[in-house]
Amino acid sequence: MTALTREETQNLIQEVLEVYPDKAKKDRAKHLAVNDQSIEQSKKCITSNRKSLPGVMTVRGCAYAGSKGVVWGPIKDMVHISHGPVGCGQYSRAGRRNYYVGHTGVNTFGTMNFTSDFQEKDIVFGGDKKLAKLIAEIEQLFPLVKGISVQSECPIGLIGDDIEAVSKKMSKELEKPIVPVRCEGFRGVSQSLGHHIANDAIRDWVIGNRDGDESFATTPYDVAVIGDYNIGGDAWASRILLEEMGLRVVAQWSGDGTLAEMELTPKVKLNLIHCYRSMNYISRFMEEKYGVPWMEYNFFGPTKIAESLRKIAAFFDETIQANAEKVIAKYEAEYAAVITKYRPRLEGKRVMLYVGGLRPRHVIGAYEDLGMEVVGTGYEFAHNDDYDRTIKEMGNATLLYDDVTGYEFEEFVKKVKPDLIGSGIKEKYIFQKMGVPFRQMHSWDYSGPYHGYDGFAIFARDMDMTINNPCWKSMQAPWQKPAAGEAEAIAAAS
Amino acid sequence: MPNVMIRKNEAGGLLFYVAKKDMEETIASVQTDTPETWGGEVELTDGSRWYIDPISPPPAFPTTLRFKRADD
Repeated sequence: MTALTREETQNLIQEVLEVYPDKAKKDRAKHLAVNDQSIEQSKKCITSNRKSLPGVMTVRGCAYAGSKGVVWGPIKDMVHISHGPVGCGQYSRAGRRNYYVGHTGVNTFGTMNFTSDFQEKDIVFGGDKKLAKLIAEIEQLFPLVKGISVQSECPIGLIGDDIEAVSKKMSKELEKPIVPVRCEGFRGVSQSLGHHIANDAIRDWVIGNRDGDESFATTPYDVAVIGDYNIGGDAWASRILLEEMGLRVVAQWSGDGTLAEMELTPKVKLNLIHCYRSMNYISRFMEEKYGVPWMEYNFFGPTKIAESLRKIAAFFDETIQANAEKVIAKYEAEYAAVITKYRPRLEGKRVMLYVGGLRPRHVIGAYEDLGMEVVGTGYEFAHNDDYDRTIKEMGNATLLYDDVTGYEFEEFVKKVKPDLIGSGIKEKYIFQKMGVPFRQMHSWDYSGPYHGYDGFAIFARDMDMTINNPCWKSMQAPWQKPAAGEAEAIAAAS
Repeated sequence: MPNVMIRKNEAGGLLFYVAKKDMEETIASVQTDTPETWGGEVELTDGSRWYIDPISPPPAFPTTLRFKRADD
């Protein structure tokens, strides 16, 4: 099928909206748009970061998911207490595959679940005493823990527990940082506010810890990788490129990151932001308070990697700039081989994406390097500034959908007929049953890394493996297939 | 009276960022922008106008300042 024209896409949106009652139709219409590259500001064409409509299927998370699951969770040498009932922590435990090195349960705690397991009596009488006891227990059982964060679940805000007071008291007692995070799930419309709250907690409780301490020897080439959660080893695949360029990566936020790394971040020369949505707040703060500039980069696909490496190098002297060219040249044979191998198999395939954070715009370049085209993209929890950045990346007359509902997404797929969908686990089996190849793009469908040159090879292999899987030819039962001669006749007629 | 963070963008222009509103706009014009003072009425590229009492000497960007709406 050829690409849809602007009118066709507009009609498609209208058609899909037809089933809603008037009020819902009016609201949802604001979240669906046809991309127009001439628009500078996304707020003219799309509304985002609004409360989801009751009654529709949304895949958004909550503020707790944004704070514990995304920002704080991967910091490996801290214990993150899911303060409240047991479920929130247990059902989200280790699901995001934030890889790290260390001995789990000894000096790292990434995949473990710590919870205060609230019972009825804790709701009635308050859970502050339990929290204090829990913190003391953690210190006794895991003496190598570097710090503790208290991630509030909904009931904490509802019953008004004073977790700040407990944290301060215990922090003094244990002489370790204890960070209370007010990320109750009901705050905000999606996990996005959780990111912001988590960033603010880092700002208030972590960043200033080493102010005035000059014992850390800095170099002119110190950088921090911010907003890379090391999903399937992403941050490692990014880090080696930066190190080969001659830069020193002081901190990884927060995949495979430590508390000490975060405390040292204000001393770096440049902050490199991969996930803008979840970590821009802290970068802005560090720029204002410590004068550390920040820049966004993109390590998906060789075109964007080369572009980003040059942009990063431009902040430093000529040695680094020369090294950047050397790094690009070094990997050229490697990624050219990947493209030669997979491009013929993937050329012209059309992709629809619906994920969160940075991926709906960042992976477009990687698909284009493989000769594929992204015909629709959308974010679960983006704000206007994300769409500002997306409009330029997407082709004209492609679909943009914000916080798309289950129904809308299915209808779009039926009409647009993409060759591949990249979205989350909740969408995966619906679309696979519809016979559309699908990749779970939240944690790379249990594969990865996808960042960097090494990641690109895996990315290309995975996309090929999914799209060209022989199973898609077996979607129809044998007795429903047209007879041998009939199939050719149909093919010839169309 | 929102708190606004003013920072320089890559092109050297000034960005007007309101964290609470999640709004980031480029500043189109500033009423007083001399080596001695900075401030007065500020117009953004989206057409909205904001006001801040002129500051002297001019602040070092990035910085957070409190602005008033000048629209009405």
